[in-house]
Amino acid sequence: MTAEAAPPGPGIPAKYSDAHSGDDTSPGGGLGGIDHGKSRARALKNSIATVLIWGAFFIALIPLVWILWTVLSKGLQPVLHVNWWEKDQSGAGAPAFDHNLRGARHAIVGTLLMGLATAVIAVPIAVLTAIYLVEYGSSPFARIVSFMVDIMSGIPSIVAALFVYAVWVTTFHWTLLPIASSLALTMLMIPVVTRSTEEMLKLVPNELREASYALGVPKWKTILRIVLPSCLSGVITGGLLGLARVMGETAPLLLLASYTQYLNQNLFHGSMAALPTMINDQALNINVHIAEQRVWGAACTLILLVLGINLLGRLIGHFTKVKR
Amino acid sequence: MGKRIDVKDLNVFYGDFMAVEGVSMTVEPRSVTAFIGPSGCGKSTFLRTLNRMHEVTPGGRVEGKVMLDDEDLYAESVDPVAVRRTVGMVFQRPNPFPTMSIRDNVIAGLKLNGVRNKKVLDQKVEESLVGANLWNEVKDRLNKPGAGLSGGQQQRLCIARAIAVEPQVLLMDEPCSALDPISTLAIEDLVTKLKEQFTIVIVTHNMQQAARVSDKTAFFNLEATGKPGNLIEMDDTQQIFNNPSKKATEDYISGRFG
Amino acid sequence: MSSVTGASFTDETPGPEGEPPLRGDRASTGRLGDRLFGGMTRLAGGVVLAIVVLVGVFLVVRAIPALRANHADFFTSTEWSTSPLKFGIVQLLWTTVATSVIALVIAVPFSIAIALFLGFYAPRWLAQPAAAIIDLLAAVPSIVYGLWGAYIVAPQFAHVQSWIQDAFGWIPLFGRVPGISGGTTIFFVGVVLAIMILPIITALSREVFAQTPMTQREGAIALGATKWEMLRTTVLPFGRPGVISASMLGLGRALGETIAVMLILSTLPQGANWSWSLFNGGSTFASNIAANAPESISDTRQMGAYIAAGLVLFILTFVVNAIARIIIERRKAFSE
Repeated sequence: MTAEAAPPGPGIPAKYSDAHSGDDTSPGGGLGGIDHGKSRARALKNSIATVLIWGAFFIALIPLVWILWTVLSKGLQPVLHVNWWEKDQSGAGAPAFDHNLRGARHAIVGTLLMGLATAVIAVPIAVLTAIYLVEYGSSPFARIVSFMVDIMSGIPSIVAALFVYAVWVTTFHWTLLPIASSLALTMLMIPVVTRSTEEMLKLVPNELREASYALGVPKWKTILRIVLPSCLSGVITGGLLGLARVMGETAPLLLLASYTQYLNQNLFHGSMAALPTMINDQALNINVHIAEQRVWGAACTLILLVLGINLLGRLIGHFTKVKR
Repeated sequence: MGKRIDVKDLNVFYGDFMAVEGVSMTVEPRSVTAFIGPSGCGKSTFLRTLNRMHEVTPGGRVEGKVMLDDEDLYAESVDPVAVRRTVGMVFQRPNPFPTMSIRDNVIAGLKLNGVRNKKVLDQKVEESLVGANLWNEVKDRLNKPGAGLSGGQQQRLCIARAIAVEPQVLLMDEPCSALDPISTLAIEDLVTKLKEQFTIVIVTHNMQQAARVSDKTAFFNLEATGKPGNLIEMDDTQQIFNNPSKKATEDYISGRFG
Repeated sequence: MSSVTGASFTDETPGPEGEPPLRGDRASTGRLGDRLFGGMTRLAGGVVLAIVVLVGVFLVVRAIPALRANHADFFTSTEWSTSPLKFGIVQLLWTTVATSVIALVIAVPFSIAIALFLGFYAPRWLAQPAAAIIDLLAAVPSIVYGLWGAYIVAPQFAHVQSWIQDAFGWIPLFGRVPGISGGTTIFFVGVVLAIMILPIITALSREVFAQTPMTQREGAIALGATKWEMLRTTVLPFGRPGVISASMLGLGRALGETIAVMLILSTLPQGANWSWSLFNGGSTFASNIAANAPESISDTRQMGAYIAAGLVLFILTFVVNAIARIIIERRKAFSE
């Protein structure tokens, strides 16, 4: 819109005095009377703050480095074995008698399949919701939906799982299938993708929409052909970040997807393993060397997968900013 | 091509706020009409009612009539999207579609409205770019992104895009305000050329520009902030600049306010 | 009207006659395409709304049979048994709140400091990668935090813990609990949760700090304030509501964290004595559900007990998130 319509900037004098009101550390003393004792104390405080703030950052690095080092040092060895990617755990009996590492293919495939199924359900709902909120929404209904997206993003994953259980099993008496886990994960993915898509849509300048309208293009085509393509990379980034999040989720799977040692590629049949449930299953025997290797191998695979998708998303977002 | 616009007693609202009050005017076919006036006087707002772009803003609505030849643009049965195909618009800042090449930008309106015939489209690309005085500069890089052009070229690309859908009327909302003097000149030349085919209405802050390009000039003003803008007078450009009938017009043109 | 545009069917079919004209936003018209597409987006929004509402409804409805059959008082009992149904939330609530509050107390100062670091202290070349590294902490799956915490850090933390107990054991909160040894306690879970919620609080705080008007910051500097004084007098007060709401979101995350808590925290034996010590074991709502519900998965009556626990957790996180949202909205209204 034109500059004439722009809201006036913040009233500088008012805000300015506001920020200082009632504050005793506002630097006092006119030019004439420099209080050296006080200014030394102030400089000291400033230095302490600087050290603490730098320190906080480096302390935060410790867990990250420690976790990555732990997982890689303990888990990389099994992951580098070809069997790890090609075999499932079939034949693994009681841990005490079992000295073969076997593989995690069943869990890797399960994690990928359930993740993809989640994305297939969640992304369209999320993107359409975001479009509704940004392009159509100003009604009370839109405000409620926006609020609900926030609430949804706060629903603990275990509660999402209980909800799916309450519907799927308690109400309909169906047997649990792998797709049920995806439904629970969908509830975790929708808010992530909705919010990121919303952010991206808001970044698309209004001038593009107007240019399209002025050509006699209807609104829906404007959104689909002009607005969405302008921010597609951002939407993909959001989708990948959401995917990374749900693939690392464990809680819903504990409840809804019982672990199996066998490869299952059918989302609508039997039970399907996933990397988190494999970790959880093998962690029971973590004192046994072979189980420990499986645990950390699966953890390593999971973290590589999740961080990989996450980084891919960030790279796409970084190198293809919303075009203006 | 080029149709006559007849506006009768038009009031423009944003929600309950009346932005422009009681405008009546006639714009002759194949002429250039300039809207001048101080900031906030409603000239851009009024311009946007001529192709119903005004209604894209939430709360935007009008009372009164806008006739395009014999058709009332605001009649119940009229589709605003169809209106915008007949009355094209060029904006203040060049806004080519960033995801599209120069070629696709020009034919965006046609493609998005379902024209798929490649021969027709190719022909239209050349015709429109020639029409916008841009063909010679871009004919070797039609598949490069439109955003890679200079500001003035981008604005002419936007004009090419607007005329590609063969409108009757072309509205220009301060099309040169973001451009350097040389690009401005290029656009002004183009406006003079385009009026052979289209009815052109141009909003401008630059009175020399109004004097240079327009046949008729309309002066808008508002009494005070918060009051609606009005059309003070409209006459031949020569008349407005040399011998305006209203005091406010004279004051504005001679630089006494605004 | 111009007829050069050969248009598709969805384009050229306006809505039924006599429909009231849409008010306001007439970019959207009565065309079939617009009505279909607009309707689809509204439907998607409706699905989101419906899911959240249904979560509440289903949890309530499916918890009721178990609550009816409950032999203990749901709100005051510390027991948790599903056969016979004898369950109460006191112990779960205490553990959940204690772990989350510890997490918050640790994470908030760190997050503020790191947000200030990223916004005002880090050299330009470092700020971006440093922010990405902090974000990576959020990308680590929680089960990996659980493994790392339970099997790698907890044995080390046991030393810190016994040192604290030696020094402050006379305070009930830090008292020794018979039968609970090693680092797998409420306090340690709080520490791990702090690491897990740190990135979310940092990212949001950083965002609000960056919005502090330049005029204010420059004004403080122009008055001769040191960098720290500038931050204390302008950036921190300006960002306070944002930091509070970010902390609420972090708290919500901590309350609902499941697998990391389940892997780390020692569970209590049936009938264990009540203790206020933070060096006790226990179960949170989420870890209790995840650890024990799978055994009852085929018995919908027993599952009702867990659904009831889930309902309480849902309400808890709902309230916390709603507060966060309200603070943000208030701030928006204030700054506009």
